Formats: sequence, C-alpha cells, structure tokens
Amino acid sequence: MSYFRLRFIMYKAKVTIGLKKGVSDPEGANTLKALKLLGFDNVQEAKTIRTVDLLINGKSKDDVKKSVERMCQRLLINPVIHNYKIEIKEK
Amino acid sequence: MKQKDVKVAILRIEGTNCEQESYDAFKRLGASPEFVHLKQLLHIDCNIDEKRDVFDFHCLMIPGGFSAGDYIRGGAIFAARMKSKLGKDLEKYVRQEYPILGVCNGFQVLTELGLLPGIDRIMTKVPDAVLNINDSDRFECRPTILKHENNGKCVFTNKIPKNDIRLIPSAHAEGKLLFPLDKQKEYLEKLENNDQVVFRYVDTDGNYAGYPWNPNGSFSNIAGICNYIGNVFGMMPHPERTFYHFQHPDWTQTKLSDVGNGRAIFESVLDYICKRF
Repeated sequence: MSYFRLRFIMYKAKVTIGLKKGVSDPEGANTLKALKLLGFDNVQEAKTIRTVDLLINGKSKDDVKKSVERMCQRLLINPVIHNYKIEIKEK
Repeated sequence: MKQKDVKVAILRIEGTNCEQESYDAFKRLGASPEFVHLKQLLHIDCNIDEKRDVFDFHCLMIPGGFSAGDYIRGGAIFAARMKSKLGKDLEKYVRQEYPILGVCNGFQVLTELGLLPGIDRIMTKVPDAVLNINDSDRFECRPTILKHENNGKCVFTNKIPKNDIRLIPSAHAEGKLLFPLDKQKEYLEKLENNDQVVFRYVDTDGNYAGYPWNPNGSFSNIAGICNYIGNVFGMMPHPERTFYHFQHPDWTQTKLSDVGNGRAIFESVLDYICKRF
C-alpha cells in the first residue's frame, strides 16, 4: 500500500463539455425563453454545458490529462458537436 | 439459405424498447430471431449455454429505446460497451457483408460506434456523425412520411422502389443527424455519390418541407443512411411499428391490405441473406 502511495497521486479532474460554435442548442434556447417569461429580461443568452468530475489516480498531472483526453475521445464527447476543457487539480 | 434458417440477434440492454415488435417482424416472416442481451456477446455474467458470438447470427438488429438511460448521449453507453470487446468482431462482421440494422436508438448506437456514416471505411475510431437533440427540444412522437431515395445499395430496402413514399412513425428526442459543421456539404456529396442516403423526410406530396414533416431538423431532411457497402443501415423512424396495415393511423380510410409500410425493410434483408449466404 505504501508503495502504491509513493507512485500514484490522487487528482481531481473536471471536464467541461460545451457545444461547438454553430451547433444549435435547443435546451439553452428554451431556458432563455422561460427565463424571459419569468421576467428576467436582462438575460441575453443561455448555454447548456455539461460537467463531469472525476477522481483519478496518476503518476503526474500530464499523465492524468492524457488519460482524461482519451476518455473524452472514447466516450464523454462527440467531436462532431462538442468541445471540451479539462482542469486538473491535486486532491 | 432458407428463410427459416436465418438467425437474427435482437440486441438489448437496460432501456431497450420495441425489441418485441422487432422480434415479431422477423418471426412473422419465417426467420429465427433471438433476444440477445449484450452481456451474452461480451460473455459477462451469463451461463455457458447463454454465451453467444456475433458470428452465430446472420443479422444483428439494435432496436429503439433509451439504452442506459440515454446518459452522456443517446446510444453512447451501448456503443462504448460494444466497442470494449466487440470492436474488431464487428468490423469483421461488416467486412464479411453480414447486415446490421439500427432503428432509432439503434441508429444512435451505430453512429456512436463509428459504423455510420461509414463513407470510406467500415468503422471510425471516433464518431463521424451525431444524432443531436431535436430542434424543437421536444420528444417528437407521430407518423412521419419518408421518401425512399436509394438506388439499390442498401440491402434493407432493395424491395422498395426508388421515390416510393411510406408512412413510418417516429418517436425520439435526439434524431437530428449532423456531420462536422465545416464539412456538412462535403459529407452530403459523398453520401449521395456513394448511394448512402436511404430515406428523407417529406410532406404528403413528397416535397422536402422542414418542420414538422422533418421532426428533428435533420441535415438535408435525412431520416436513414447506410454505409458504403450497404449492409449497415440506421434510421430514426420505426419500421417494426408498421408491419401490418392496421397499424397505420389511417387504416380504416385506405384500401384493405395486410401489408404495412415497414414490412419491406425486414423482407428485403431476409431476401438478401437468403441469396448471399
């Protein structure tokens, strides 16, 4: 166990997934409409963004980032419509 | 091969629906369908006698539904589970020209798998297309009218004449087919040149008319596409829901017939399998 602790560090990764420019966002548009109906006339735009928080073991921040990149490509995003941002912090 | 010997796997995981109608469609045409849980193909949590292999079947069908709760994106989790162990098998299966059908959620699974649009290769590592949220931001559930535009490549529609107009119901919230935005026209051109566009949404006169005839805002009104070989086919509307004529909403007002507009899709693929294998 101590050997494991020496080699790996626990990181917190936050993946923020948004829609690429030009992709319609009906959920955001509907939210904006409802907010305006409620009287929030000052709202100009509503965008939907998904966040995935991960707790992840890794040797280094770079190592973890590479791993999360692969997760995005393989499951978390669809490159046709999504862009994403990864933030990593030591836990 | 005789029709009764054609084995069809109706794949399911939690959240699949319409698998019974899909099973019945093949069964009523004399084939031998079987409900197969994905775990049976992945050989997880099942007895030895329940284990199956994709090559045990002449056709795979992924029915509609909300597999794995549509979490992440429609079909993404189903596709990820399939890819985890079956990626190479699926590629081989398609290369050997066995047919795969994806309806509604099944179409989403096939795009997430990278098997569709399949313009110049069998399977891409990352998806090349997406079935995005409907423009209306609603679950659109009603009859839709489709125009068959394939010239004969798609093995699932070879019994349907070109330009034939059919009523097949849609029921989905994420059916807007999109390709990479900066390459939409390029993709469309390739799809049309390869004869991969199978169905488009139209109005009662057969014209492209946008919403509400196109229920989701799909690019170029596309409702169904096949891969470049013609043996992987995905469509958002549900052909298994109009197997019989009396399943059509206007059946009492139209001519008496037993055949529904969706049946030809199942007949076509069975005909293809019987001749090909």
